[in-house]
Amino acid sequence: DPDRKTEVVLLACGSFNPITNMHLRLFELAKDYFHETGKYKVIKGIISPVGDAYKKKGLISANHRVTMAKLATKNSDWVEVDDWESSQSEWLETLKVLRYHHQKLLPPDATNSLEDAVPLTKLGQKRKREPNRHNPIKKKNQSPDIKSVPQVKLLCGSDMLESFGVPNLWKSEDITEIVEKHGLVCISRAGTNVQKFIYESDILWRHKNNIHLVEEWIPNDISSTKIRRALRRGHSIRYLVPDGVRAYIEKNHLYGPESEDRNAGVVLAPLQKYASDSKN
Amino acid sequence: MKSRIPVILLACGSFNPITNMHMRLFEVARDHLHHTGRYQVIEGIVSPVNDNYGKQGLVSARHRIAMAKLALETSDWIRVDPWESKQETWTETVKVLRHHYNESLRLLQCKKEFMKTQRPTETSAGDSLSCQHPVLPELKLLCGADFLQTFKTPNLWKEEDIKEIVEKFGLVCISRAGSNPSQYIKESELLTQFQHNIFLVREWIQNEISATQIRSALCRGLSVKYLLPDPVIAYIAQHNVYTEQSERSNQGHLLQPLRLHSTRGTPLSD
Repeated sequence: DPDRKTEVVLLACGSFNPITNMHLRLFELAKDYFHETGKYKVIKGIISPVGDAYKKKGLISANHRVTMAKLATKNSDWVEVDDWESSQSEWLETLKVLRYHHQKLLPPDATNSLEDAVPLTKLGQKRKREPNRHNPIKKKNQSPDIKSVPQVKLLCGSDMLESFGVPNLWKSEDITEIVEKHGLVCISRAGTNVQKFIYESDILWRHKNNIHLVEEWIPNDISSTKIRRALRRGHSIRYLVPDGVRAYIEKNHLYGPESEDRNAGVVLAPLQKYASDSKN
Repeated sequence: MKSRIPVILLACGSFNPITNMHMRLFEVARDHLHHTGRYQVIEGIVSPVNDNYGKQGLVSARHRIAMAKLALETSDWIRVDPWESKQETWTETVKVLRHHYNESLRLLQCKKEFMKTQRPTETSAGDSLSCQHPVLPELKLLCGADFLQTFKTPNLWKEEDIKEIVEKFGLVCISRAGSNPSQYIKESELLTQFQHNIFLVREWIQNEISATQIRSALCRGLSVKYLLPDPVIAYIAQHNVYTEQSERSNQGHLLQPLRLHSTRGTPLSD
């Protein structure tokens, strides 16, 4: 019964500095993976570029990064760009972005608030068991069982997953909520390192059923870092990024030695935040 | 002022189908040659192999040419040439090189004739200089490192062909992770002799899009978006180019060069 498939939205957070064909491939690979399970239907892909306040070295203005991502997804009928995260004045934890997008998918209900967002699953099943009941009166925090709410899953590469281990980069309660309440889709080349990383983490291991590992069958190393390096050296980036993105970079003279030096010596926002938190 | 040597890059292969990686080879090669300061790459040519090559899964040249054209629509320097695919039978790579080299000379000659008909005031100083001392273009074979390795496959290449390719034309060989082309050169006396004419370029941005895997993905209904240009993907869908059946074509057959060069008598067993 095709209606019983769980709907999934894939959310990719990152610098996208710039967006590359590899980023776009992550979505395609994840979508194919979920469809092949027969249990999920991917209904949307969201690219959420990080805000400038992240302070990563070489990070250029969010305006450009969002525009490039939009150019890149022009020809996609299911992947889109969302600039909510990038338009915040402060850096936002990834979990907050996940919650926000999950919230957006819930049916309109005045009682729902960002903090109360709770993912809901298998509501169709529940409804089937009570065929003659009217819809119950909505109470705060109770699941609206009109239709199931899509799950928002964090789409990433193995580097992001492994960054969970970097001290002060992530809050462990955030990691827990990400894997417990939302889920992770991790695309990697050879699964081994990632599997080992999951094995060595109690939190990840406990929720490994909600961590989907997808093997990338085309080794694809088109990292943004390499793209920026190529540009600084006057090398071609054709066929590594969508043509519209390449043209935009060229026209606006993005990515030179000066842009790479931005935020040099500045502490990354999450590290800044958690280091000062732990001091307090 | 020493002028740069004009270079034309020629890539021969199945292009079954053409992928972003094939086109990257051209870009990487061009960057490399330009950075030597000695060369100016003036053209890139994609030459899809003749149907008669007999490789398993090879679809009609009509499709392979059409797809390459779509892929290169937005390139201002790389083009597809159907000459090889239009020959009556499979043609040795060296012959394809010779053909395109002669073509480039012919074009240069035509240009010179045309320039002569112009009044002197209408030509720029640069043009008249180049007419007096034309720098002949060099035609180089563009390939991956695995291609170099195939020189060792028994009966696949004629020794004299390899010699002509590296001596008279030259190779631009893009290497990917896991291959060691300088090793192959060292292991071959012939290649070592002409190593000055073999440009080894390292591609640091790994992007190993194998056409075989692409075809397999297409058969399984998996996405190949961002690995091939969108128009090529659309073409494949529209014409149903790659199917389980197309994958089986030429199954069990010998490649044409092997067929031609193997000793007469018993064919190679499977």
